[in-house]
Amino acid sequence: MNLFRSEEHVTNWLGTRSAGTTIPVTKLSELAQAWWGDRVDPNWQPRNGEQNQAILNDLGLTDPFWSLS
Amino acid sequence: MNTYVASSRHQARYTITGMSEDDVALRNLTYKLFVELGRAPTVEDTALSIGCTPDEVWAGWQRLHSGHALVLQAGTREIRMANPFSAGPTAYRVFADNRWWFANCAWDAFGIGAALHADSHIESSCADCGEPLRIEVRNAEPDDDSLVFHCLVPAMRWWDDIAFT
Repeated sequence: MNLFRSEEHVTNWLGTRSAGTTIPVTKLSELAQAWWGDRVDPNWQPRNGEQNQAILNDLGLTDPFWSLS
Repeated sequence: MNTYVASSRHQARYTITGMSEDDVALRNLTYKLFVELGRAPTVEDTALSIGCTPDEVWAGWQRLHSGHALVLQAGTREIRMANPFSAGPTAYRVFADNRWWFANCAWDAFGIGAALHADSHIESSCADCGEPLRIEVRNAEPDDDSLVFHCLVPAMRWWDDIAFT
């Protein structure tokens, strides 16, 4: 899970490897807010797979790549 | 008496994920210590803080590792990851809430400010060319929207090898 200057740099880095998925850093920040925002809350409770998937879906990350199961 | 010790003397209750409420309490206390100390707590730190034995903490941390709520360092009694925080140095440094932290990956780098409900400054580099990247995140908005994030491993495989992921 890395940062790159542009999609061209991702392509260079991948070389002959199969690509995963690429999203803009702005979407990554949204994802981080939704995914990690509760992690140090004193009353944190674990999420199940459906709840985690809902976070991804709500951000439009519905490609099969983002399927947790 | 703290919540962890008090609750452990009663019949275990479980969350929707199958993690016991006792272990969730231990997890939450461990994260609290991580943030207070600015580093991963040891089993001794945690045991002292909550009034149980190091072995009880270690047993709980092993269950939390199995439940993907913590990642332990193989062959030690230490925490490797309390996502989004990394116990050790990484290529992702984050300044947030008046302290430097290490994140496990780019996603976690943005996660530290999110978890602390603070603006953040991220220092890393392009994984391809190595050019330094310095990103200010204010109100969850990165100041450089030209960057991209690449995830190599599909979501259903993330926990096959979380360190590689």
